Amino acid sequence: MEKSFFIDTTLCTACRGCQVACKQWHDLPAESTKNLGTFQNPPDLSFMTYKLVRMKEEIIDNKLNWLFFPDQCRHCIEAPCLQIAENASAIYRDDATGAILYTAKTKDLDADAIIDSCPYNIPRKREDGTISKCDMCNDRVHNGLKPACVGTCPTGTMNFGDREEMVAMANSRLAEVKPKYPKASILNPDDVNVIYLVAQEPKLYYDYAVASRSSMERGISRKVALRRMFSPFASLMRV
Amino acid sequence: MTNHWIDLKNSDCILIMGSNAAENHPISFKYVTQAMQKGAKLISVDPRFTRTSARADIYASLRSGTDIAFLGGMIKYILDKQLYNKEYTVAYTNASFIVGKDFTFKDGFFSGYTKGKEGPSAGSYDKSKWEFEMDANGVPMMDKTLENPRCVFQLLKKHYERYTPEVVSKITGTPQEDLLTVYETYAATGATGKAGTIMYAMGWTQHTIGTQIIRTMAMLQLLLGNMGVAGGGVNALRGESNVQGSTDHCLLWHIWPGYLKSAKASNDTLAAYNAKWTPKSNDPLSVNWWQNYPKYSVSMLKAFFGESATKENDFGYSWLPKADDNGSYSWFDMFDAMYKEKIKGFFAWGQNPACSGSNAGKTRKALEKLDWMVNVNLFDNETGSFWHGPGVDPAKVKTEVFMLPAAVSVEKEGSITNSGRWMQWRYQGPKPMGDSRPDGDIIMELGNKIKELYHKEAGSSISGKNGKNNKKAKANKRVAFVEPILNLKWDYDTDGVYDPHKVAKAINGYFLKDVTIKDQQYKAGTLVPSFAMLQDDGSTSSGNWIYCNSYTEKGNMAARRVDKDAPNNIGLYPEFAWAWPVNRRIIYNRASVNPKGEPWNKDKWVIKFAGEEKDGKWSSNKWDGDIPDGGAFPLENPDGTKREDGKSAFIMQKHGYGQIYGPGLADGPFPEHYEPLECPVDQNYLSPQMTNPTAVVYSTKEDAHATCDPRFPFVGTTYRVCEHWQTGLMTRPQSWLMELHPQMFVEMSEELAALRGIKNGERVKVSSARASLECTAIVTKRFKPFKVGDGIVHQVGVPWHYGWRWPSSGAEESANLLTPSAGDPNTRIPETKAFMVNVTKL
Repeated sequence: MEKSFFIDTTLCTACRGCQVACKQWHDLPAESTKNLGTFQNPPDLSFMTYKLVRMKEEIIDNKLNWLFFPDQCRHCIEAPCLQIAENASAIYRDDATGAILYTAKTKDLDADAIIDSCPYNIPRKREDGTISKCDMCNDRVHNGLKPACVGTCPTGTMNFGDREEMVAMANSRLAEVKPKYPKASILNPDDVNVIYLVAQEPKLYYDYAVASRSSMERGISRKVALRRMFSPFASLMRV
Repeated sequence: MTNHWIDLKNSDCILIMGSNAAENHPISFKYVTQAMQKGAKLISVDPRFTRTSARADIYASLRSGTDIAFLGGMIKYILDKQLYNKEYTVAYTNASFIVGKDFTFKDGFFSGYTKGKEGPSAGSYDKSKWEFEMDANGVPMMDKTLENPRCVFQLLKKHYERYTPEVVSKITGTPQEDLLTVYETYAATGATGKAGTIMYAMGWTQHTIGTQIIRTMAMLQLLLGNMGVAGGGVNALRGESNVQGSTDHCLLWHIWPGYLKSAKASNDTLAAYNAKWTPKSNDPLSVNWWQNYPKYSVSMLKAFFGESATKENDFGYSWLPKADDNGSYSWFDMFDAMYKEKIKGFFAWGQNPACSGSNAGKTRKALEKLDWMVNVNLFDNETGSFWHGPGVDPAKVKTEVFMLPAAVSVEKEGSITNSGRWMQWRYQGPKPMGDSRPDGDIIMELGNKIKELYHKEAGSSISGKNGKNNKKAKANKRVAFVEPILNLKWDYDTDGVYDPHKVAKAINGYFLKDVTIKDQQYKAGTLVPSFAMLQDDGSTSSGNWIYCNSYTEKGNMAARRVDKDAPNNIGLYPEFAWAWPVNRRIIYNRASVNPKGEPWNKDKWVIKFAGEEKDGKWSSNKWDGDIPDGGAFPLENPDGTKREDGKSAFIMQKHGYGQIYGPGLADGPFPEHYEPLECPVDQNYLSPQMTNPTAVVYSTKEDAHATCDPRFPFVGTTYRVCEHWQTGLMTRPQSWLMELHPQMFVEMSEELAALRGIKNGERVKVSSARASLECTAIVTKRFKPFKVGDGIVHQVGVPWHYGWRWPSSGAEESANLLTPSAGDPNTRIPETKAFMVNVTKL
């Protein structure tokens, strides 16, 4: 059955256990960082950083808020990157879990076009053109484990399970937090398998927290639209 | 913790003050979150808006070191608005006790003060001036109407009437409306059936008034009826996974295992020692549990010295070291003595004093004066490498340094005791790497070698059993006093290897003779089932009485892993691990029921009396739920009549009552606000006395202080981040963690940065009267200038996780180079949370 994450940012303490667990499971090297005047580090996602807790200080209604956003690939239901790649040996979808997976063969793709197609600004390339991102810990999931970031989360921010269950959890948590956070919303729940609940305007957390319309248009407009014309089966790929 | 981690979920209001639990105790937020999802309010009070504040319903800022003013204001608010739990306060606290006429408080001083002549203590009190009035039977006089002007309740009112919101705000810098929001929200837990809890840590302890900050909170918890109940209590979040265990087993100099007192020189015999420290109560309602003191001290001596400890030789009492009556042997005192070349050898075991202790620069200099040092640790650190540290010429250092590599916790078997007093057995995972060895093995072999040397140098055998000094030993000038070492029971190995089970059993204790207690026979050589069976005649041993019951003939209780809750369903999990004392999960739980034994909160009850009732009287004795704090009958029968065999709730207190008035601490029976030793204001708005008159300060040239000094205009504080641990010895070499927090930093407000022309992310200099170091500036909205008195006070904060040894640039140094040698008079814990600094561009 298709899997989903539910990421409840109203519970996140930015302990960044998820960020480290991701590196540990994937055996990704640390980046050589500097303190840039913020706790957020590395400054952005990279070829070797698939998960990043973004932090922003915002004054909302005269009250200081420190907004935490554990950013990662959304594993889109109709993933523009996959559609634009048109190369299943480089980018494919595991229909058993819904994971969108990148292989070493992404080196043969037009990396910038793939990156440009992402409405959430996720994929990152290395010098040789190979691109990478969160893989949903697909190997763990196939072995009955939750993704590493979910396993380590102490507060219940990171959740993972069957899509229906996660959608239900998202809706019920939204209803619970609405009285406290009237501006709370769930981000693009119909389009993605990584469903975020945020308490404030999504753009305050991060420009790409919610799908950017312009990038959707930019990514889909030409290549994807063309491909869709020729490939009426694209939507059938959804199980 | 009086309660435990899981119990946080039962709270109606969680105050996080003096700690930053979301960052430094991240797992606690599992239970904080559960409480909040059931409607609990979370309050964060902190000089800086933290990751804890980010999740809180209410955030209030306060200037570091002003917590007593903040909490004293809450006491006044609760008394003025009569929000205290009157039934609880009258029944279970000493609010009704009449205080003796000698007690006074004037101009910031309690009665009985003498200024210190020399030495670290600024002064001291004669505590006999603070005693209660006693009746003809020697029981404290009480006025249960709380109206007698000399009763604790009325004196409390009088003491805190000065703590108005206006004055408090002037001191703390907290806006008055924020103060009142916190007071109102927390005071609501005074309603019967509601519970409020406090999660505190080093943000409260590390002040010259640290102990009294915590006492202020304990007083609030008593007034609000929050002690002993589920979701209540006073909860210290310990800074390491086993700090509770090491404290229980006498890590600190002033206590012996199980919080027995370390002996003083004037306690010259065992009888004198026991008489000095065994409290006496004439109140028949008081359990006065410490009346059992001699049973625990003698059983401990039997565990230490085995068969060599006999009644004739005071069970070897004279073999234990005695502290000078006015002596102090704390961390500060030890490094002060080392600096003054009075200590020549040093084991730095599992610690990194070159970075971890306050005024670390003095510590580093002190290490240069040693003949030898042994560094027992996982890795080399700033302590082991001090001789080639910044500004040190290795050619001029005579100290010989030895490194003993230790195994990491997962590589060895044994127990840890968490903040919630749970002793949890851990199995060995991977085998120790290379030549590293478990601490137990190292201590075992060290002991064997020392014994061997003493044997050799002391001559042949000594007659330990009758305690007579061996003539040869006396004659040998090199070893003057061999008995403690040679008589020490040292049989904790199995086939030559340290055996943690043998140690755990010795800690629990054995019957040493066949004993009959209450018609029950116990065989010599069997494990003692509970400390109620320990004896003062040498027939039992127990290395630590509060752990008696942890390893019995039924097995290793700490190794239990039964995932099943108790019938009250409040998360006690009584068969998962083991909690001291006697597996009680919530201590003072006799205060969770009313005097008839009925729980204040019927849904989240901890214990309840379940005896039979006959004609309005309890006719049999039975308690359900948690292990009750003493299993005696309730104070009252169902018909409201008093029982002669009922017992008061606070069994560990001499008189049986929770202490709102506490005549035992060094600095006064009521907490009073004093400024930190280094402070930004030239006036204490509550009294003419600026600083704690009993604070501990040192006087070498390395112990400089600067208060109200224009060179150091900003308040500084230290703290931790989620991503590093302690001095960073285990986290700085870990690249995934260094990626998250790679460099020493200083956090400051946008206003202060503008004042100093500092840009976010640039390197700056932070200096104090002791030292200066480089930091990266984090300019943030999360620090705000404080309006204190008529002026503005800026505060900055630095983490203490770094040291020159790693990263290899050597540029990220320890925050403790900045912090002062100033300590609390009760604990001598350093004042690292409030001191004065300057911040300038490089």
